Amino acid sequence: MKLLDFAEKLQLEIMTEKDEDIELDINGAYVGDLLSIVMGKAKEKNVWITIQTHLNILAVAELIDISVIIIAEDMEISDDTINKAKEIGMPLLKSKEDAYKIACRLNEMGI
Amino acid sequence: MINIPIKSDTYIINANDFSVAGKVSSDIKKDLKKLGIHPKIIRRTAIVCYESEINIIIHSIGGKIVFELYEDRIVINSEDRGPGISDIELAMKEGYSTATNEVRELGFGAGMGLPNMNRWADEFRIESSSKGTLIKMTIFL
Repeated sequence: MKLLDFAEKLQLEIMTEKDEDIELDINGAYVGDLLSIVMGKAKEKNVWITIQTHLNILAVAELIDISVIIIAEDMEISDDTINKAKEIGMPLLKSKEDAYKIACRLNEMGI
Repeated sequence: MINIPIKSDTYIINANDFSVAGKVSSDIKKDLKKLGIHPKIIRRTAIVCYESEINIIIHSIGGKIVFELYEDRIVINSEDRGPGISDIELAMKEGYSTATNEVRELGFGAGMGLPNMNRWADEFRIESSSKGTLIKMTIFL
């Protein structure tokens, strides 16, 4: 699925590159805010929904090959985090909704 | 066991420097990918490395991670200075953490660091004193 379509369907704001050509390879989703638990439990190609916005979410996402990060609850994201996401090519999206609602929408989309 | 490493790298890790946490794991992951190591092995190595890095950053006054690749295994040695772990058995329990609230707010300190290392490494050895902590993890290829 294209990143732009994905963001539009879920009403997400794209914080990183908005290139039309960016394709997402997604096979599921994981919700979590404790980094060690996410590391151990989230699977590669997952969508990761979290309220953490610290720079280190990118290290975790990169290490376990997360496809896309969605920041829930309209949490403020620092420029450092956004720049790092751009640098490593990790799509970083933001939602006004809570993690549960985002997860429900993903489910409706067949993820 | 074959005792000459094909590859060996030492990474210095500073205390309290969260901005670079994960860098060592990321570098090791890239190296293993280039060498064509199986993705499951890479993932396990990345997780134990990351947990080691975070532990050094949060709990010690600095330390190092030594990565060694042998023909049949990967060895990760995590070595840090002071204050050590007073009760290793308790520290190995899932959910037990001595991390501060400030650190927890960043999503660290879940009390899953040592349990994750123990879970994903084939062999896990830990020694700790008031001078520091030494952890040796082996993952067989």
